[in-house]
Amino acid sequence: MKVRAQIAMVLNLDKCIGCHTCSVTCKNVWTSRDGMEYAWFNNVETKPGIGYPKNWENQDQWNGGWKRGKDGKIEPKQGGKLKILSNIFANPDLPAIDDYYEPWDYDYAHLQNAPESKAMPVARPRSAISGERMEKIHWGPNWEEILGTEFAKRSKDYNFENVQKEIYGEFENTFMMYLPRLCEHCLNPACVASCPSGAIYKREEDGIVLIDQDKCRGWRMCVSGCPYKKIYYNWNTGKSEKCIFCYPRIEAGQPTVCSETCVGRIRYLGVLLYDADKIEQAASVTDEKSLYQAQLDMFLDPFSPVVQAEARKVGIPEAWLKAAQDSPVYKMAIDWKIAFPLHPEYRTLPMVWYVPALSPIQARAEAGQIGMNGIIPDVGSLRIPLQYLANLLTAGDEKPVKLALERMLAMRAYMRAKTVDGEIRDDVLKSVNLRIDQVEAMYRYLAIANYEDRFVIPSSHREYASATYDAFGERGGCGFSFGNGCSPGTEKTNLFGGKKINIRRAAPIRADREKG
Amino acid sequence: MSYLDTLLFGVYPYLAGTIFLIGSLIRFDRDQFTWKAHSSQMLSNKNMRLASNLFHVGIILLFFGHFFGMLTPPEILHALGVSAGAKQVLAVVAGSIFGLMCFAGLTMLVKRRLTDPRIRATSSKMDIFILLLLYVQLILGLLTVPLSLMHLDGHNMLLLMQWARNVVTLDPMEAVAAIGPIGFLFKLHMVLGMTVFLVFPFSRLVHIWSAPVTYPARPYQVVRQR
Repeated sequence: MKVRAQIAMVLNLDKCIGCHTCSVTCKNVWTSRDGMEYAWFNNVETKPGIGYPKNWENQDQWNGGWKRGKDGKIEPKQGGKLKILSNIFANPDLPAIDDYYEPWDYDYAHLQNAPESKAMPVARPRSAISGERMEKIHWGPNWEEILGTEFAKRSKDYNFENVQKEIYGEFENTFMMYLPRLCEHCLNPACVASCPSGAIYKREEDGIVLIDQDKCRGWRMCVSGCPYKKIYYNWNTGKSEKCIFCYPRIEAGQPTVCSETCVGRIRYLGVLLYDADKIEQAASVTDEKSLYQAQLDMFLDPFSPVVQAEARKVGIPEAWLKAAQDSPVYKMAIDWKIAFPLHPEYRTLPMVWYVPALSPIQARAEAGQIGMNGIIPDVGSLRIPLQYLANLLTAGDEKPVKLALERMLAMRAYMRAKTVDGEIRDDVLKSVNLRIDQVEAMYRYLAIANYEDRFVIPSSHREYASATYDAFGERGGCGFSFGNGCSPGTEKTNLFGGKKINIRRAAPIRADREKG
Repeated sequence: MSYLDTLLFGVYPYLAGTIFLIGSLIRFDRDQFTWKAHSSQMLSNKNMRLASNLFHVGIILLFFGHFFGMLTPPEILHALGVSAGAKQVLAVVAGSIFGLMCFAGLTMLVKRRLTDPRIRATSSKMDIFILLLLYVQLILGLLTVPLSLMHLDGHNMLLLMQWARNVVTLDPMEAVAAIGPIGFLFKLHMVLGMTVFLVFPFSRLVHIWSAPVTYPARPYQVVRQR
């Protein structure tokens, strides 16, 4: 057993209202720069829809993620190492800017400078890349917002596999849900495996996947390697960039910007302990439908003394073990099994999980229009087809998704009976195999969703990091700088003599937030 | 003419070579963030597979052709039983094939860089300069092919090899002496070639140093400890 810890995320799709606050705050903090206008580390898609970039879920087109060979070994779907190198001059699987959208800005100055005329002056769009006039904007961020395009186009959504989709084009049967997406910080990241320079790495202490901007040479294989298309090539700097899971905040014990600003309180952050020795085995299981279970089997019980002893042996701090026990992610993914990985069939073992969305059925159920299971409406009658959710979250296996939805419905029924009728209906819980303490905790975490329950993030104990352990080395350092402001270079040896100056590139963040 | 020969073929190679090496080292050390291939494929993907592959494969083979052609000691060729004439025929044939490959690709790339509005707008002056420099250099190289066909005895080529060898063995005066009788077109091609090395550290060409040849030997996953 090789214990590692990771800060993982769960998003409760049942409560996502599609307000895009996460996307916008993330954009304002991280990607409002030249070359990154088109890039959204976090975006929210309306489903069903083809998403961003177009058809990203169609791996027959994009060749992202991993594939399992006949010998049972996995290799990147875009090809093994030699194949990747042979594609280095022109990557056949690279999405072009038009697959995202051409970023634009408006001639705002014209509103003030326009000469007097009969018509109101208009700020017309201009390409943010070429600077040329754009007469018509054909695609943009979140173009499909709230089913914004015709069904014929949206229904190319890959999650319609094995679903009789035609009837969902009818107005009476239409359905929608929101899917906020960010980097999955996978346990078996395909982007890391695809990087010819070895510039992308997973941090051992918290599992965050980062691109070393100094080492990146812009071979752009990670862009096609990532099945979620969450690596963006910055055409201005010539380097690839991705969601950094707001690591300066995480290190200081604060939630990511997208989580902090989520008005629907749908995001949860917490520690998961997992067995790193099982990564390859779990990612290589034969049946795609068993990938979800294989990943569940990797996670370790933070209450087990054996696990704790192993974790201490590899130097995982006590605060992290405590946080793992209090982790909302552990509760939702492992204890209650209501959260699922996004597209486990890509074999990347993603670490941003989703609670599937219920859809409005209570009123219809009470009107007798759909079947009831006791006092719980039948999830088979949900507006969002179960198979659609299963294609999204469990490689098409309906059973676990069905149980999760039933548990959420049972929680509602139990709490309604308790608070409205003053009855304890534990018969409701029996059918979904939940205990009373579990369902009350579920209610607390899902419905009340207090800040302290949603975010249990231990600070990263930088003081133990070898690079900064010697505080004397920090003294007289360069402080905060961009580029090589006062850098003596990036190599270990100094070309021009003299000692290396310490530079820190990130801004400091207040680290003393108290719980409670 | 001999003063100019000394400057261009005795001094310039060392000047260009020094700037090439030390310039690369300083840029790598001081400003590694700028060290990149700077692909523009995602802005304009049309024909890129054909153009970029033709160009890159062609120019890599041309580079190694020049490298081994110029610097393989004549003794080895002799021992292998390759006559100067035979070697020249080989050089002309291989150079023409790879040169035309490269020319086809580079023509598409030059057109793309100058006429595609997205590429043009996001190109730096150096991007355009280096591409045109390579283009002119390639055309000059292709133009020397008919000249070589006029004297297939390999004499001219031996002189050029002599020059390259003397430059590498730090014998500039001998090198200048060897270059004397060489034709103007060849000399222009050589000077421009050295100029490519001169501007190398200031351009996107630095990505050549970082060709990821060690990638196949690496495990797929990379985990960094703090």
